[in-house]
Amino acid sequence: MNRRFSRFNLVSVALGLAFLYLPIVVLVIYSFNDSRLVAVWGGWSLRWYVALVDDRAMQEAALNSLGIALASASLATVLGTLAALALTRLGRFRGRLPFAAMLYAPLVMPEVITGLALLLLFVAVGLERGFLTITIAHTTLTLCFVAVVVQSRLVDFDRTLEEAAADLGCPPVKTFLTVTLPGIAPAIAAGFLLAVSLSLDDLVIASFTTGPGATTLPIRIYSEVRLGVKPEINAVCTIFIAVIAVIVIAASLATRRSTTNDAGTPAA
Amino acid sequence: MCIPWHKREEVKVAKSPHAPRRSLGEHIVVALPYLWLIAFFLVPFVIVAKISLSQTAIAQPPYLPVLDLSQGFAGLVAFAKELSLASYALIASDDIYLLSYLKSLEVAGLSTLMLLALGIPLAYGMARAPKRLQPVLVMLVVLPFWTSFLIRIYAWVAILQQDGLLNRVLLALGVIDAPVVWLASDTAVHIGIVYSYLPFMVLPLYASFQKLDESFFEAAADLGCPRWRAFFTVTLPLVMPGIGAGALLCLIPIIGEFVIPDLLGSSETMMIGQTLWTEFFANRDWPVASAIAIVLLALLLGPIAAFERVQGPELGGRRR
Repeated sequence: MNRRFSRFNLVSVALGLAFLYLPIVVLVIYSFNDSRLVAVWGGWSLRWYVALVDDRAMQEAALNSLGIALASASLATVLGTLAALALTRLGRFRGRLPFAAMLYAPLVMPEVITGLALLLLFVAVGLERGFLTITIAHTTLTLCFVAVVVQSRLVDFDRTLEEAAADLGCPPVKTFLTVTLPGIAPAIAAGFLLAVSLSLDDLVIASFTTGPGATTLPIRIYSEVRLGVKPEINAVCTIFIAVIAVIVIAASLATRRSTTNDAGTPAA
Repeated sequence: MCIPWHKREEVKVAKSPHAPRRSLGEHIVVALPYLWLIAFFLVPFVIVAKISLSQTAIAQPPYLPVLDLSQGFAGLVAFAKELSLASYALIASDDIYLLSYLKSLEVAGLSTLMLLALGIPLAYGMARAPKRLQPVLVMLVVLPFWTSFLIRIYAWVAILQQDGLLNRVLLALGVIDAPVVWLASDTAVHIGIVYSYLPFMVLPLYASFQKLDESFFEAAADLGCPRWRAFFTVTLPLVMPGIGAGALLCLIPIIGEFVIPDLLGSSETMMIGQTLWTEFFANRDWPVASAIAIVLLALLLGPIAAFERVQGPELGGRRR
């Protein structure tokens, strides 16, 4: 596409971005509001952040979420990368079509269905609900996203490098570790971060598969938000946004050097 | 490169004439994710189907019959005799469920149209922006998607409530005389959905626009076709794959959406995701919740298959 950036283009991009950022900016500003009422601006204050220091339940939920996110994202990254390799490097294998179908379906499957289905499975096999069940559920959901991100990188990856290594007598596992893996590492990292963020974000599937003592941050926030707007929640959200923003910007700066023009996928 | 919409199927990973002999390592590469997906994605749906044919019971788990395999074939027969279509009959007879499904379709359809109306100009503008700015623009669109979805919906609650920001700005500007009720309405649900799903719509569209050869558009314009008309008759048909991918990527999950209508919508007509949630968590009626899920799944099977057709070749055929 050539460069004819018209005024119409400029206006649509500006309005679109304003729409995306305005609510977030409002939320962040109000987290520093001294007044308990949303309608009143009571001056700048950090009191809601201070209140969080004493909120044990919220801290526990945040730790739960973090643990589940790291565990499920690690597992999903391994499984998703294997799935992507299977689809791009193994050509035709028996059951390829149902495999691809199962891999893409969770991307669009409504969460209420996935959550209900997984819960009924856990009840049927008698698995006690808690950390383990949420982790399994999140792994299932996020491995598909990892697979899509890694797969798009594998498709673009220059295969002649792998073939050259193989021709020179390099065994397949070594070829993968020394040639393919460094090449797709940025996509694997992006997939991992995407999986962490999806897991941290999930309310519906976690609500179905949670058990006693395994309250995650979204479940906690949701139960508070249902009762109305609370300034403490604004503070939690602002911290959350800040952490995510730092991670994403750092990751994108790190991968910018090694990858170029990967704009097609949501995570890259 | 732009592949015509109807020819996409032909672009696939090169096929070998016969499958080569596999090493142990290659078997593991396929088997691990495959078995995981069968165990935690396929099998659960079979169980949902089974429970949708059961009946509610005051027991743990709260449904009957429970399959007792220790009795062998007799147990299986006894189990099969107990199955019933009562949950499906209930869904068919009570208007609440039909209205819920229709409500979901209506909200999802309208929201997807709004997303297209907003996403196309945005993606088009991004693709025409100076090249060095484009990665930054993509990141700006993706960044909100990384922050919590729940947080972003919550942000709208504060803006749309009675004494919220929107009403106060409109009052101050003199656009309205009295506060408008935004929250707990379809308008709020549409705003929330469009806001949350915009990145999912924009990214596939942007990828399509970016790959587009604009000389077709220029040719039409040079031949005297008005620019807006050239855009609709030349440019848009060429980005149909992106439009299809974006629309399906939004439409399907929106139909089953729970959080947005729950926090922003009215309690008058529930979307089907909310109805399922209520049946499960409030009424503890697992068979009816399962039956709702199965009917919803049947409804979505067509769109999901279409999504996979768009998504699969898109990924397989990107290599030039």
